[in-house]
Amino acid sequence: MLEIQNLTVEIGGRRILNGINLNVEAGFKNVLFGPNGAGKSALLMTLMGFTGYKVVTGKIIFKGEDITNMSVYERAQMGLGIMTQRPPNMSGVKLRSLLDVISKNGSNYIELAETLDMVRFLDRDVNVGFSGGEIKRSELLQLSIQNPDMVLLDEPESGVDLVSIEQLGSTIKNLLTGGSKCAGKRRRHGKSALIITHTGQVLDYVDADRGFILCNGRVMCSGNPREMLDDIKTKGYVECVKCKMNYL
Amino acid sequence: MQDELSLKKKAEEALKKSAVYGEDFNLDDYEIASKGTKITKDLTSLSAEDQKTLLNVGIVPNEENRSGTFVMLNNAVSHTSVKQDDAVELMSIQDALKRYDWVKDYSWKLVKPDADKYTATTYLQNADGYFIRAPAGKKSTMPVQTCLLIGSKDVSQTVHNIIVVEEGAQLDVITGCSTKTGVEKGLHLGISEIYVKKGATLNFTMIHNWAEQIGVRPRTVVHVEEDGTYINNYVSLKPVRSIQTYPTVLLEGKGAFTRLNSIGVAHPGSELDLGSKVIFNAPDTKAELISRTITTGGKVIARGEMIGNANGVKGHLECHGLVLSSEGTQRAIPILEANVEDIELSHEAAVGRIAREQIEYLMARGLTEEEAVGMIVRGFLDVGIQGIPDELKASIDETIAKIGEKAL
Repeated sequence: MLEIQNLTVEIGGRRILNGINLNVEAGFKNVLFGPNGAGKSALLMTLMGFTGYKVVTGKIIFKGEDITNMSVYERAQMGLGIMTQRPPNMSGVKLRSLLDVISKNGSNYIELAETLDMVRFLDRDVNVGFSGGEIKRSELLQLSIQNPDMVLLDEPESGVDLVSIEQLGSTIKNLLTGGSKCAGKRRRHGKSALIITHTGQVLDYVDADRGFILCNGRVMCSGNPREMLDDIKTKGYVECVKCKMNYL
Repeated sequence: MQDELSLKKKAEEALKKSAVYGEDFNLDDYEIASKGTKITKDLTSLSAEDQKTLLNVGIVPNEENRSGTFVMLNNAVSHTSVKQDDAVELMSIQDALKRYDWVKDYSWKLVKPDADKYTATTYLQNADGYFIRAPAGKKSTMPVQTCLLIGSKDVSQTVHNIIVVEEGAQLDVITGCSTKTGVEKGLHLGISEIYVKKGATLNFTMIHNWAEQIGVRPRTVVHVEEDGTYINNYVSLKPVRSIQTYPTVLLEGKGAFTRLNSIGVAHPGSELDLGSKVIFNAPDTKAELISRTITTGGKVIARGEMIGNANGVKGHLECHGLVLSSEGTQRAIPILEANVEDIELSHEAAVGRIAREQIEYLMARGLTEEEAVGMIVRGFLDVGIQGIPDELKASIDETIAKIGEKAL
């Protein structure tokens, strides 16, 4: 589904990602770990094609096509979707009118808005005055209606209270499994995802397939996401860096 | 009588007096528009083109959901009708002055005839216009609609309006100003004196839809008494040569409130000098001034001014200007003045392009760049004006769609 080949990225002349190689197979959910400032968010922003993230070398292949130079719109049309950490305040743009446009395929958003307790936000300006948790629920509502084939989630659980995390987690699960119950067929039915998490809470809802650790703009290692999370929780990222140093 | 003579003398002396702001138009370049016209009893009998002109400024020709209708063509009243005559009184100023002795006490009291050449010539021509009165305690359920139309080429139109909303009354007014198809050049001078009495509410919406060589000089002063509310919406989205306006609201009674929304688009060749001023002369008065303007190549000057002269006053001024072309200019001039201690006045002003981040946020949801800009522009200009007909909404949407295309 997604192949990142030797991707080096700069923001304002400063190198932020350094020769990243990473794949997400169709129907697989992969997780990105790493300390603050490692470049995890920058990687997702680059994949979506946002301005300011300059690809210096390397390629992004999505569904077999090179999307490295495509616009944000073209990537979205191809089936890529994102939930960012800090979406901009959209003064004047009502959540309802945005959902009306996103749901041009006719999907009904009211039911999901009720589930996510977002009905009372429909006539408010998107993100303006929203709390951290409200932003997450609003983003997830939009993303679910958009229904992309590959989902990029940047810390979906951060800032969400313990009650809402249940709603949020199950909505993410629904979005990612696409209604398919059969694990053996998820390559064909399920969605692909690349998820950034610090706490790992989202892993209670998403059966993640593979984990990656990002440090200083490089992929340090990959493995079973649960085992990795346990290691990070007990040893921290220092061990990862040391470990990598040993190989150099 | 002495008074009138001295006012006349002052006005005559002011005929050459330039306005403080805006391009200085030479009144002699324009023929004084005709004071005669035939009366149109039924606006739906007008040509389809003329009806569309009215609809585009919010005037509904079949008068559905309107409590009264007034149309002035050039310098003559061509239509007056009232449906809700218990809640609204509507007639020409000239008729009102004849009918009620007291109307003269409201005439040329807030706006001074010698303020500048535009007020002076309007005074000296004894201009006609509308007189609207909402009797004490009466609440009209539907708005009054008034239309000021320039129907001939190269003329100057002079208008003098008075609105009186008496104690506890509530009134909505939609005023649409436009030119007939084919009229490109002209001058519109409009004096409005508005009185909102104790506990009364006036919602006043003005839609301007001019042509490329029209000069527009409205002169409006509003007097609000205790616990009165005055809401003003001003919209001008189409090309025009020059609009310079600085409506002033005097909050004269305790607890009075005003909100002024100005929405403007300056196309190439247009200059919009849109101000609003509030003078807080009574305690616990409040005001919000909101200006949202866009330049697609023209010049915008957004002035906002609040002068606090009494304790417990609160006011906020918001001036946002979008620049969608490097040919255009946005200048925001907020002025705050506090003359007593217990006052809270604040402002926020911002001019610039649409944030790339906002456009791409929408693109990531599957919108094209054009759709994204359109959505942001529509949201930017939407300050929630109530009661405008669907035709006008459609016309506004069309204008916004064109702005969206141009912005790319």
